[in-house]
Amino acid sequence: MAENAGGHGRLPAHFSAPGSASFTDFLGVAAPDLLPSRRRDLPAGIVDAPHGTTIVAVTHADGVVMAGDRRATMGNVIAQRDIEKVFPADEYSCVGIAGTAGLAIEMVRLFQVELEHYEKLEGAVLSLEGKANRLSTMIRGNLGMAMQGLAVVPLFAGYDLDMGAGRIFSYDVTGGRYEEHSFHSVGSGSVFARSALKKQFRDDVDEAQAVRLAVDALYDAADDDSATGGPDLTRRIFPIVMTVTADGLRKLTDDEVGAVVDAVVAERMTNPGG
Amino acid sequence: MSTPFYMSPEQIMKDKSDYARKGIARGRSVLALQYADGILFVGENPSNALHKISEIYDRIAFAAVGKYNEFETLRLAGVRYADLRGYQYDRRDVTGRGLANAYAQSLGAIFTESSKPYEVELVVAEVGSTPADDQMYRLTYDGSVADEHGFVVMGGNSDPIASYVRERHDATAPLAQALQLAVAALVQPVADGTEARTIAGTDLEAAVLDRTRPRRAFKRLLDAPLEKLLEAKK
Repeated sequence: MAENAGGHGRLPAHFSAPGSASFTDFLGVAAPDLLPSRRRDLPAGIVDAPHGTTIVAVTHADGVVMAGDRRATMGNVIAQRDIEKVFPADEYSCVGIAGTAGLAIEMVRLFQVELEHYEKLEGAVLSLEGKANRLSTMIRGNLGMAMQGLAVVPLFAGYDLDMGAGRIFSYDVTGGRYEEHSFHSVGSGSVFARSALKKQFRDDVDEAQAVRLAVDALYDAADDDSATGGPDLTRRIFPIVMTVTADGLRKLTDDEVGAVVDAVVAERMTNPGG
Repeated sequence: MSTPFYMSPEQIMKDKSDYARKGIARGRSVLALQYADGILFVGENPSNALHKISEIYDRIAFAAVGKYNEFETLRLAGVRYADLRGYQYDRRDVTGRGLANAYAQSLGAIFTESSKPYEVELVVAEVGSTPADDQMYRLTYDGSVADEHGFVVMGGNSDPIASYVRERHDATAPLAQALQLAVAALVQPVADGTEARTIAGTDLEAAVLDRTRPRRAFKRLLDAPLEKLLEAKK
């Protein structure tokens, strides 16, 4: 086993090497084959893999809300109808993924360990920008795969404890990091979701209104984009919604989201355009 | 060149053990004990930046006495070991037993191979879903492991503290009662007959592995909540 490779069963020297508090750096020494960015020299060609679609984030007076639909597509097929694409990154931030689902989920897993690892080793939490920059590096590491059509484009949002506000960061496939104000959306349905948010967002929205805006925006995305899943009322499969405030991160329960979805759907019965 | 004189292996090991024991005995004690909702750690530590008690993984914590740089190295290795294993397999595959074994191997190798042994004593504790599933391992400088139940005392003056706790410990006691017992135990007079002392709340380092917490069971008890627990009526 890799971690017991040292002489006489002793943990190898890199386990006790001082210095880096980054789990990714450590992984590069201890088990480099597990690093997503080490995969290179793949033959050219198209790989058919499930893709995740639309994620929206909306800031509000006390923090930020992130929501994602539940559909993964592979070509014209719905690969999964209840995939989860919004994840807690740590206690004060969350990350939503669009793009190749398999690679994105692996990236999120590594990102979660990275943040917690730093927190445990240093006894301090990374700044929100620090977290956003770590994610940037990981996306850049995936550039080779992106050039083969397997791009990962996350959306990162969290509560900045120093500034006392919710913040949103978007990325491009090269790892470019951009701070977004008020709201943002990524994925195939993002154009429609963003237009919906642009018309409805006000500076003074509270948390409940932000949740409503996010669910409304996902509904509009699903209305016009075939790769975005609308709320599935027969199976009661609803968007994943997370909220981050000064009290930390909270995932809304199915009942809470269900109530918002029912309200949105009821309104659309009389006014389909929203 | 002078002829190197012969030393028996027994003598070498004994000298190393004595050296390590002396180093450990100089430090203040740390106590780990079971209470109703998990495992409580209490130690006397005036610094609130240099910890003796730390989180390793979701349900696993680590407490140490002895030389700071040495147990800090072990803590670092433990966090890396746990995070690597959890990433490689699954979070549930990281166990206190696995970590205790890794530490035992490392400490044993250091004790036999290097001229200076580590002057440390550790507790690796894992909180389970029920009190019966809780695990506590005590590791000493030479790599020996002991599976402990109820409570563990480490560091200087551990005998009077252990006998004080043994008489009064109740694994089903609430947190406040367990904490008050631990603090009362830590101020037990040392063997040479010095009077009992008192410890200020600010000189206490305390943390729990609370089985009722969702994922990360480890939580430090700081400032106001700690004072409140110390003053709670029995």
